[in-house]
Amino acid sequence: MSHPTATASSPAAASSAPAAEPAPVIEITGLSKRYDSGFEALKQIDLEIRRGEIFALLGPNGAGKTTLISIICGLVNASTGQVKVDGHDNVSAYRAARAKIGLVPQELTSDAFETVWNTVRFSRGLFGRKPDDAHIERVLKSLSLWDKRKNKLITLSGGMKRRVLIAKALAHEPEILFLDEPTAGVDVALRRDMWEVVRELRASGVTIILTTHYIEEAEEMADRIGVINRGEIVLVREKQALMRQLGSKQLTLQLQQPLASVPPALAHYPLSLDEGGSVLVYTYDASDPNAQGQVPISTLLNDIEAAGIRFKDLHTKQSSLEEIFVNLVRERQ
Amino acid sequence: MNLQAVRAIYCFEMARAGRTLLQSLVSPVISTSLYFVVFGAAIGSRIQEVEGVSYGAFIVPGLIMLMLLTQSVSNASFGIFFPKFTGTIYEVMSAPISYFEIVLGYVGAAASKSAVLGLVILGTANFFVDLHILHPFMMLLFLVLTAITFSLLGFIIGIWADSFEKLQLVPLLIITPLTFLGGSFYSIDMLPEVWQAVTLANPVVYLVSGFRWSFYGISDVSVTASLIMVFVFLAVSLAVVNWIFRTGYRLRP
Ligand SMILES: Nc1ncnc2c1ncn2[C@@H]1O[C@H](COP(=O)(O)OP(=O)(O)OP(=O)(O)O)[C@@H](O)[C@H]1O
Ligand SMILES: [Mg+2]
Repeated sequence: MSHPTATASSPAAASSAPAAEPAPVIEITGLSKRYDSGFEALKQIDLEIRRGEIFALLGPNGAGKTTLISIICGLVNASTGQVKVDGHDNVSAYRAARAKIGLVPQELTSDAFETVWNTVRFSRGLFGRKPDDAHIERVLKSLSLWDKRKNKLITLSGGMKRRVLIAKALAHEPEILFLDEPTAGVDVALRRDMWEVVRELRASGVTIILTTHYIEEAEEMADRIGVINRGEIVLVREKQALMRQLGSKQLTLQLQQPLASVPPALAHYPLSLDEGGSVLVYTYDASDPNAQGQVPISTLLNDIEAAGIRFKDLHTKQSSLEEIFVNLVRERQ
Repeated sequence: MNLQAVRAIYCFEMARAGRTLLQSLVSPVISTSLYFVVFGAAIGSRIQEVEGVSYGAFIVPGLIMLMLLTQSVSNASFGIFFPKFTGTIYEVMSAPISYFEIVLGYVGAAASKSAVLGLVILGTANFFVDLHILHPFMMLLFLVLTAITFSLLGFIIGIWADSFEKLQLVPLLIITPLTFLGGSFYSIDMLPEVWQAVTLANPVVYLVSGFRWSFYGISDVSVTASLIMVFVFLAVSLAVVNWIFRTGYRLRP
């Protein structure tokens, strides 16, 4: 396999890596994947994962999330490009690279007739670690699986099987954990528990990369968010910054009388009419009240009053990550 | 060398056999006994000795080979096909272990199982006929090498197969006919001359002949030819396995 160095790094990836930063724990350069079918699942991906962060990879179905993770973990061969895990090339130094990684796959797979205990113990051995029953006990307890340790996997529910997969991935004490849609099919209460486990892992220094369709999950958990669409990383940003930057706010006024158009007196405001003129919408940036051309809300309301417009109700709304995400993906299509 | 991983795979596979002990051991023993009843007792009573060995005793090495070949192939092919089928193979492929270690774990377990099985059948045969083993060391060598070689073949089949039908196809269409025509139940001398020549193209003939020689000192082909054949088989299987892993064939898209 060839390892060309990245020719053009995407702006998104570049902006996420300021100069004075510790070495990334995962470094992906110029990675692309063309399956035998001819389908190009990844196109020149450049991405760095920081040590100790929770990185959420968002993207619609078929975007290439699982493909990307599979290449990093050694399940799929890359077509071009290079992956370094803590400095180790994941092909030429696969032992060192893979030993650091734990993977929870998207698909629920299990050896139906094995017991929970045996299957988790097997995982530890497979990764070359000496048996350590105390560690496995801790892992099973943290995932509320201890009572089920003697159960055959076939007797477990889907959510339990998902947690067994997490336990298997944690059995060898990985420094990096990949969670490919970890909470798919897990009920709300358990999802909270799992987030708790992930937070504890992070607190203990484990780097976590998760993919998810639940935006709330990324919003709740992630330090940084990457959006992937059609095999391209379209954005990588700190979650806070992302929500600030893209999270505009809207003030909606329910009018008593519908308007045909925005009165000239208010033309200098970014106002628009909706629902046949009965709703007036004002879009502004809540995070930066001093933004150019932005005036206090009270001034706007006074001007509306002065223009003779009466309203029955008003409310404000901040775009969620979900909307940001949907907009991003839609824009690019 | 990641010995922990080899051990994990090996023990995991052996434990699987332990859970299915009935089908792993009892059924081959029963079918061997049936062969003895049908071939040894019914037919054997009409056949005189073959080269100074009673017919019942004559077929023992062939029977063991028959079981060894079919069980090695089916054990090993199933052992790798099943995790591929259920998807649990992802874990092995993402683990810090080399191809050689994967093969050592899976093929080692399959070969151990069929070698033990071969010995169990030998013990069973002892109930029916008087057995002499002239060259016990060579007998074990043939047994172990054959178990390893055909477990490798099974491993290859398990990786190649992408459906249960294909998994059954090769054993059914190739292995079984070759073993039945491989001189398990007869000496090649008993065949018309033309067929003797054709039979020599069947690799299994060399295995059965060599194995039988280690029991009774009689053989259809020279022992050297048999040994060479075993090693050629082994080398070819190893080369194919090596190719599979180098290219990621059916394992890494
Ligand atoms: N083995 C394969 N051969 C050919 N194409 C494949 C293969 N695996 C995946 N693909 C294609 O690559 C694309 C990316 O798939 P991938 O599984 O990475 O998506 P994803 O982002 O994980 O989607 P999802 O959210 O549904 O899990 C898809 O169009 C898929 O059809
Ligand atoms: Mg996926």
